[in-house]
Amino acid sequence: MTENISPSRLSSQALPGVERRHRKEQIFRRLGLGAILTSLLFLMFFLALIVARGHGAFLETVILVDYHFDHETLDIDQAVSQNDLANANYRSVIRAAMRELAPEVSGRSARRDLYGILGAGTEYDLRDLIIAQPSLLGTTAGIWTPSSDEFHLFHRNGGDRASRQSTRLSPLQIELYAELDNAGRIKTRFNWTFLSSGDSRDPEQAGVWGAVKGSILTLGICFLLSFGVGTLAAIYLEEFASKNWVMRVLEVNINNLAAVPSITYGLLGLAVFLNFFGLPRSAALVGGLVLFLMTLPTIIISSRVALQAVPPSIREAALAVGASRVQTVFHHVAPLALPGMLTGSIIGMARALGETAPLLMIGMVAFIVDPPSGVLDPSSALPVQVYLWAESPERAFAEKTAGAIMVLLVFLITMNLAAILLRRKFEKRW
Amino acid sequence: MVENMMLENGAAKIRARNVCVDYSGQRAINKVDIDIPGNCVTALIGPSGCGKTSFLRCLNRMNDIIENCVVSGDITLDDEDIYGPQVDAVVLRRRIGMVFQKPNPFPKSIFENVAYGPRIHGLAKTRADLQALVEASLGRAGLWDEVKDRLDMPATRLSGGQQQRLCIARAIAVEPDVILMDEPCSALDPIATAKIEALIDELKEKYTIVIVTHSMQQAARISQRTAFFHLGDLVEQGETESVFSNPKDARTGAYVTGRIG
Ligand SMILES: Nc1ncnc2c1ncn2[C@@H]1O[C@H](COP(=O)(O)OP(=O)(O)O)[C@@H](O)[C@H]1O
Ligand SMILES: [Mg+2]
Repeated sequence: MTENISPSRLSSQALPGVERRHRKEQIFRRLGLGAILTSLLFLMFFLALIVARGHGAFLETVILVDYHFDHETLDIDQAVSQNDLANANYRSVIRAAMRELAPEVSGRSARRDLYGILGAGTEYDLRDLIIAQPSLLGTTAGIWTPSSDEFHLFHRNGGDRASRQSTRLSPLQIELYAELDNAGRIKTRFNWTFLSSGDSRDPEQAGVWGAVKGSILTLGICFLLSFGVGTLAAIYLEEFASKNWVMRVLEVNINNLAAVPSITYGLLGLAVFLNFFGLPRSAALVGGLVLFLMTLPTIIISSRVALQAVPPSIREAALAVGASRVQTVFHHVAPLALPGMLTGSIIGMARALGETAPLLMIGMVAFIVDPPSGVLDPSSALPVQVYLWAESPERAFAEKTAGAIMVLLVFLITMNLAAILLRRKFEKRW
Repeated sequence: MVENMMLENGAAKIRARNVCVDYSGQRAINKVDIDIPGNCVTALIGPSGCGKTSFLRCLNRMNDIIENCVVSGDITLDDEDIYGPQVDAVVLRRRIGMVFQKPNPFPKSIFENVAYGPRIHGLAKTRADLQALVEASLGRAGLWDEVKDRLDMPATRLSGGQQQRLCIARAIAVEPDVILMDEPCSALDPIATAKIEALIDELKEKYTIVIVTHSMQQAARISQRTAFFHLGDLVEQGETESVFSNPKDARTGAYVTGRIG
């Protein structure tokens, strides 16, 4: 009512310049929101691309084949030993079964095409199956068998005309595909091999487990060393060292080291750990040591920040009741700084997880089939595996590359989640 | 300094002679001589920035941890030089406790706050001993009735006045001889202040108390002796009564009547 007659003395018109200030705030908010949305958009785009490309790596195409495990075809005696089972002729069982599946196929090259629709590891899969279940001997069993990678790609692309143009399957194999598909002998299922096995030259047998295990071992060593050494160094520098020029020089150098390119640490590792100490090449131990040196400066810096954030009054309180400096630090200051130190360390770990260059220098780039069983075994690591597969000419490895990136991202998210949970747990106390 | 202001030899719990404090060469305390008698409350008063805190922190060697701080002169506790070569600051601080201007409980439970000192000094043999000691200390600090049902609660959730009394309980739990208090009531409301003043009055039966305060009324209420600092100098010291009613130095007179400060 009154507003109609005279404007309120508290409205934004009442004070000159207030409207302009509000406008500025509006502009700033829009810009900030825009920045966040843009980065989210890029992130979503990236994630969508990776998932679209890589989810196929978690799938495999399997063909139902009826195998006759008779002793004659397997070329073994009636009374068999483990050793016989390991060396039996599974290839002829497979070939016989495939011929039965498509009796009309004849001729050497046609037969080769026929056998080629199965994955290269089928023999070994059957061997492992028979060794695990010798009771199958002498029986006929229908087994869903992984197909070759080209067959898998063809099936994944829908087996239609478009996929016919891009495939490397032979016309006979395409015909066989249609036949088997009509007979209901083709299906897609989750590819456990991708998660459970090591690297391989054959895409359908290649898995990330070797690389994941290598990364776990490498990062485990890296974390133990860099958290232990990093926090102790930070505690010493922050709580005990006198602030003289030596310490200042040290501080500047730690900051410099944090910015040194990671490949330099790889060269250092090569020169020191491999050439001087003679540690084995490609080992997770050496990888862990190199990544430890790389992350140490970062962890020292973030731990010092965490220590500086502890109020000095806590230190005074402890000293005033007669605690020694070590007691003050370990009973009061360090526990309060622990969440911050842990967060800093895990951020350092996340960076170490993605590092490829230093690992290349110490030979973790080798082609390694067996997952490492210890820190001295030759091993790979996830980012190196991505690098190796991305370089590979086989088309099916493109999918595996994106799949490995997905595994890497899951690893990363798990680590960050762990960081948040740890932080919560230690902060919750007060 | 006028010699007859000093106590007789042997009567002083703490004796300071020619004490100077410098921060990076900047003088904060200049040649202070003072005798602090046992089982009595000595108040250090003076305008802010005159060096009361700096001097107080000399008495339990809290200045040791300040990088750029240099203390010179002699300070004795029961005639033993506290800056002597064989003196361990940790042992000294067990005998001379301190309560700070801002309540600074540990971010732990109420129980842990009080139990920490006795535990690190091995003052309680068993858990029951420790509990008894904690109860006694909280009781003497006048806090037991308020917290006895929630000893596991974080100390940081207590009110400011309760936190300060908890800090006093923490200081007396290690059974010191002397308690230094640096403006313990400056962050508190009048009711909490009154509680702490009453507490100080009781504590002097057992302990020697040195308290810094910017409030002259407080000094007059609770102390038996008063020392007046001005710009780093100890201007005047003596019986509280005579310092307030019959100051010898003009600056003291001006301060206690509110004309400087
Ligand atoms: N840590 C320090 N570093 C440098 N100067 C200080 C420090 N602490 C106190 N001072 C200086 O010493 C003088 C006395 O300070 P303080 O003892 O805190 O006075 P009061 O407690 O009487 O207010 C002040 O001039 C102050 O600036
Ligand atoms: Mg002060």
